[in-house]
This record gives sequence, structure tokens and C-alpha cells, in this order.
Amino acid sequence: MLYQPGHAMGRRPARVAVTGIGMVSPLGIGKAPHEEGFRTGRSAFRRVTLFDTGRQRVHLAGEVDLPAALPATRLSPREAHRMDRSGRMVLLAAHEAWMQAGWEGVLREDERRVPLVLGTTSGGMELGQSYFRAALGQPPDRRGQVTRMMHYQPQRQALDVASALGLSGPITLVANACASGANAVGHAFQLVRSGRARRVIAGGYDALCHLVFAGFDSLQALSPTRCRPFDASRDGLMLGEGASVLCLEDLDDARARGAQVLGEIAGYGVATDVHHLTQPEPTGVAAWAAMEAACIDAGVGPADVGYVNAHGTGTPANDGAEARAIMRWAGSRAGSLPVSSTKAGIGHLLGAAGAVEVAACLMALAGQWLPPQQGGGDPDPACGFPLVREPAAHAFEWALSNSFGFGGANASVVIRRGS
Amino acid sequence: MSAVCIHGWGAVSPAGWGAGPLWEAIQGRRVIDPVPIPWPGRDGVFPVRKVPVPAVRAGALAHPRLRRASPISQFAVAAAMEALGAHQAIVTAPSFRLGIVCCIFTGCIAYSRRFYGEVLQDPSTASPMVFPETVFNAPSSHLGAVLGARAANYTLVGDEGEFLKGMALAAQWLAEGVVDGCLVVGAEEADPISCDAMGQVARGVVVGEGAGAVFMSLQPGAIELGAVTSPEAFMDRRGRLMALARTRRAWEGVAAPGSLLVGNDPAPAWGPWASPAGVLGEGLGAAGAWQAVAAAEALARGASPTPEVVVETAGSNEQVVAAVLRRTTPVLPTLLAGTIELDGACLLDLLPQSLPSQLHRPGLPGSMPS
Repeated sequence: MLYQPGHAMGRRPARVAVTGIGMVSPLGIGKAPHEEGFRTGRSAFRRVTLFDTGRQRVHLAGEVDLPAALPATRLSPREAHRMDRSGRMVLLAAHEAWMQAGWEGVLREDERRVPLVLGTTSGGMELGQSYFRAALGQPPDRRGQVTRMMHYQPQRQALDVASALGLSGPITLVANACASGANAVGHAFQLVRSGRARRVIAGGYDALCHLVFAGFDSLQALSPTRCRPFDASRDGLMLGEGASVLCLEDLDDARARGAQVLGEIAGYGVATDVHHLTQPEPTGVAAWAAMEAACIDAGVGPADVGYVNAHGTGTPANDGAEARAIMRWAGSRAGSLPVSSTKAGIGHLLGAAGAVEVAACLMALAGQWLPPQQGGGDPDPACGFPLVREPAAHAFEWALSNSFGFGGANASVVIRRGS
Repeated sequence: MSAVCIHGWGAVSPAGWGAGPLWEAIQGRRVIDPVPIPWPGRDGVFPVRKVPVPAVRAGALAHPRLRRASPISQFAVAAAMEALGAHQAIVTAPSFRLGIVCCIFTGCIAYSRRFYGEVLQDPSTASPMVFPETVFNAPSSHLGAVLGARAANYTLVGDEGEFLKGMALAAQWLAEGVVDGCLVVGAEEADPISCDAMGQVARGVVVGEGAGAVFMSLQPGAIELGAVTSPEAFMDRRGRLMALARTRRAWEGVAAPGSLLVGNDPAPAWGPWASPAGVLGEGLGAAGAWQAVAAAEALARGASPTPEVVVETAGSNEQVVAAVLRRTTPVLPTLLAGTIELDGACLLDLLPQSLPSQLHRPGLPGSMPS
């Protein structure tokens, strides 16, 4: 039962381990290029090749070079061939996480009711666009429309992942705009901690598409220069694409089977900003509330947190509000609290962003380094905290990752170093 | 642990604005006539079961956030406000943590079609007013803004079965103390492109639009959420039949024998009534919500022969899910006599229960300074 009164509530709260990480972003495919890229602050933008930006102000984004073939899974070659770009990304990430967690060799067929929780903002929108263009042809072109219609919807990408890995558990697709990936990880964390599930696969994904690119451009939210989070002269965000998937499980289970614990998800907080559909409330009150709630959930305070991975899009409105939220939350700790935004190197991955950034924190905690955001000029005066500008070693136990989105969706996740 | 109860419900459908018109259409087997809608730039029309223009526009729809919001947002807000009824005053207090779960299938499709059309014509002039309304969580954001709800607010995407999963998520939040009360909304708007798409896989199906909503909390109430089955996913028609069989076995294990079954197959009737899909059309994201509202109406009116009703939703392309709703109190004679205008909110007003206004726990998710 997904819900039954009294179900799973008698167990003590579990600690939640991460035992698998899968990554796809403009930095590359797999965990290794991301460890290197995040540690050095490598920038991965280029001129957009996926669609024509000739009539727009902005031409750069973070594109992913997908491999020609997908890894061998339970999908037939035909099923794999039909997957769209976003589906391929999330499958690559899920497969990597799954293999690293070692669940393939552990779970019997009757133990594969593993919940899958994914966040996205646009699913297979590239196919939706193709559907639209074909439908408006004169006469309408019906060839391939059924496939486009079926595969553009987010549930199809999730079903494909589940099918590829042989999973039969409940699927949850969170679409809370740019906080979706963090919400997915947070929801999965809650499922394991409460005992509703012993293990969960969770993450976020989104592929670049013209509709969304033009949408952010229409709002004048895209930077015509370079993404410079928290910079006094910042002028917008840059878009990227990718996916990140994590395998979460009860820490005791992970230890009992001798799995490598890559870190823990320790706390999760959400709050809704009712100020405006696209603009944050200027004082950052909802962002603060999400950070505060996540830390209370984890039982830590600003003095314990060694690094904040900010939402840090590079837009004037977001970074100002977030800076004020961090200052309020951190209090006297702010002056020595390292903060950076990995969006400076890979762009805003929308529905994938929250999950990618939690994964970046896990890697930073494991390696005891801080992810720098290279370049930039004078920081915004609201930033009373040090921005991480250069690669640096750093001893820390806890990190906080922020994700905020359109519609006032605010989510924060507390991550703990693996022990 | 306290049971999760449903305290109110609301609906917007091709039958009209309110749970009452929905019930009357089902009870009277009144199949709503489709109206033709064109797709600008393309030949032909698509038959759709549209939501009628209301005789009187609900006050909440005058909120500034809804001025240019697409129909799906307006349907969602109207259904949610009806579900809250007299509880609006309680849930809008700064100390009350009201959760929102909004379940959609195609979502804000009308503005997405419009905006992408503008992008194809000239991306440099595509409207910045339209784009934000294309985002999946625009309806839930607007609803949160109308109610001043600052706690957890999720938009879930899935097929028709998503609404019942949304009820399970709300129950989880309530049980874990994340929220004090939770609205679950299922909504959809009809558009030529969604009609065209449905026609690719289900020829002859007429899309209906609207929304349904329930308001849930741990306070005692007239209707209890008995169970939500684990979703059974499928990839094809054969898989769908197998998923349906597994779901049946699951709910038969928790529901009393002979319980009324509210399905979403348009053809079969349930009890002496028509199915919601049969009279209202293929409601996509609203379909499961309409079923749940119909089930609640049947329980509240004493129309169900048993105190339990099973809502079973076999989705189009993802999952089969079922929920068991259970009446916890005898049907009130005044309701049976039909002496009052019945909807979910009115029923609440007659029951000896009220929601606490001081459930605020500082520092927990959703807690916000006033």
C-alpha cells in the first residue's frame, strides 16, 4: 500500500546513506569528470548547436555531448532507440548510480519495488516541440506523432528508467520548476527516513530546448556576457542541461552489506514564496525559511555547516534575495562561511540543478575541497560571506544546498560527509 | 496515529462550477455535449467538453495573480476554494501550515502551445507574460498565493492516477507533521493540441476539462482515507490489464466486500449512476479528482449502499491506482432530505469538528514569520 493508516510509523527514524551517484552535465558523463570539474571550477559553455539562436540576444549554454550508445540495460535496442535526449541523460545517470550502489547484485526480483523519484521542468519537451511542428504542417504530418506524444511526457522517461533497471516501485515526478531536483532528493530522503522505503532512487533531469531557452530570454533572465553569481555587476543566468541520480538507502542496511557510503542526506526543508510567479521576495524570507527548516531537520546550525552551495543563478533578483537569506540564516557565522554557485561553470540545469548540486556537495565533502566559481569581479554588497573563487582544500562535515524556482518553490538539503 | 480525513471537496467540470453539478450530471446520466474548438492555423475542429462560463465568477478568481493565468489555474483555485469552504479562515491564518499537492497530466498546455507558436514565428518577440504561465507548477503557485500558503507545495506530473498518489503524499505529510492540513488538486485544461494527441492513441475520446480538490487533515471528519494502493506501472495495453488485476487484488484486501466501485472507464456505470468519464469526458489530470469527489458525494449523501467506496483509476500511459474512502459517521438526516445545498464544505459545517488554529511549531518546514 502506498498509504494505509499506521503503516511504517512504528520504526525509529533511519539515517539515510547515499551509496550511488550518477552524473551527466556539460562537464561530461560520469562522476570522474564532475569531481575534477567542480574541484577546479571548470567552465563548460559553448555556442548552442541544438537549435537556432540566431534571432536571440544570447547564444551560449552548457550542452552535453551524449555518447552514441546507451549502457546495456533491460531495455530492448528498439526501446532505447526511441528515448529522447532528456530520457537518455537520466538513464545514463541512473545506470551509473545503480551500478555504483551495487544493487543489481543485491536485490532479488521480488525486492525491486524500489521507489523512483525524479524532478524535471520540461520532460521530453524537445519531442513536444517536434509534435507541434508536425501537427501544424500542411497537411499535418502524422508519421512518428504517436511516439512523440508518448515519449514527450515525463512519466515516460521515468517508466523507461524503471524498466531499464527492472524496477516496479512507485514513480513520483516532482515538477516544482528549478527546485524539482532538490525536492526529489528531499522526498526520497523522507521516504527512507520514515521507513516507508528501505531504498529509493532519486534525482533530476532536463534537456535544453528552444521553448525554455526562448522563455528565459523573453524574461531577459539570460546573461549576454557570462554567468557571475553574486557579482555586483551580474547580468543573468546561463542555461545548461543534464541529470543527476542518487541511490539512497537506510544507513544500517548499507553498512550491513558493506556498501561504500558516499555521504548522507541529513535534512530537508521547503517553503513557498507567495510574492510573485517568477520573482523572489526581495528579503529572501522563503529562502531563509527553507534553509532554517532543513538545518533543524538535520539537527545542525550555521556553526556546523562548512559550505553552502547556493542556488546562485546569476540573476540580479535571485542572488540579492538569496544573499540576504544566507546572511539572516548564518548570522555571525556568515563572515567565515564559504559560499559558491556551481552554476557559474555548468549553467542552470533547471529540474536537474538541485540533484546535481547535492551530488557536487557529496563529492566536495568526500574529497574535502570547496567548489570554486572562477572569475567574477566585486561581490554584491549584500554578500557578507566569502565567495569561493579558487580551488581550495577544506575540512568540513556538513554542507547545505539551496534550490529555488519559479512559482516560489524553495528547497534546501543538508548533506553530511560519509563516515 | 490519527486517521487522515477528508473535510471538504470541490469540483469544476463540464457539468458546471461545483461538486453539486458534477454529482447531478453523474446521477442523472446527463452526458455533457461537446463543443468544437479550432486550432488556429490548422484545418478542422476538435470536440471538447468545456467548462461552461460561470453565471457568477467566484470571488477568489479576482485575485491579481489570476488575471492572465490560464484556465487550468482558475479551475484549480475554484475547486480548492470550494473544498476549503468555511475552513478558509482557519487555513489562511499565518500559523496554519497548509500544504498543497497539485496533480497534472498535460498541465498548462494552452499557453505552452501559444508561447511555442510565438517562438517559431520570432523568438525575439515571444511574450514574457506568457512564458511563466507555461511552467508545470504555475497553478499550484497561484493557488498558494491566493491562500497565502507558505508550507510545502508540490506539483506532481503523471497520468490520471496521479491524483490518488497525491492524496497518499498529503497523508504522508500529515502523518509526519510537515503540514497541518493539505489540499490535493487535480486539474487540466483542454486544448487542440491535447485533443490531437489523445486522438493519436485513443480515437473517438473526447477530452473534458476542469479540476477537483479535496481538503485533508488529521482532525476527525466525516470521511476517512482508508488506503491508497501502491501504483502499478505499465508500458502497454497488456501491461495495463495486468496492472489493473494487481490493483484489484490489492484493494479487495482492504475494502469491505460489495463496496461501491468508482472507476474511470467511460462505459460502465457505477451503482445506478454514470461514470464521471462517461458524462464529463476524458479529464486527464482532473479525472482521478472527479472520481474522488463523486465518491465523497456518494458517501456524504448516503447514496452509497456501503460505508466504503473504492476509487480505482486506470491511467492512460503510466499506472493503475486505487483508494478506499470510508464514511465514519452516520449520514445526517438533513442531508438525506436534501434541505440544504450540498457540497463538501456545507457538509463540514454540520459536523462536530473544527481544525485547531494553533498547530504552529516554530522552525519546522513551512513555518514562516508573520
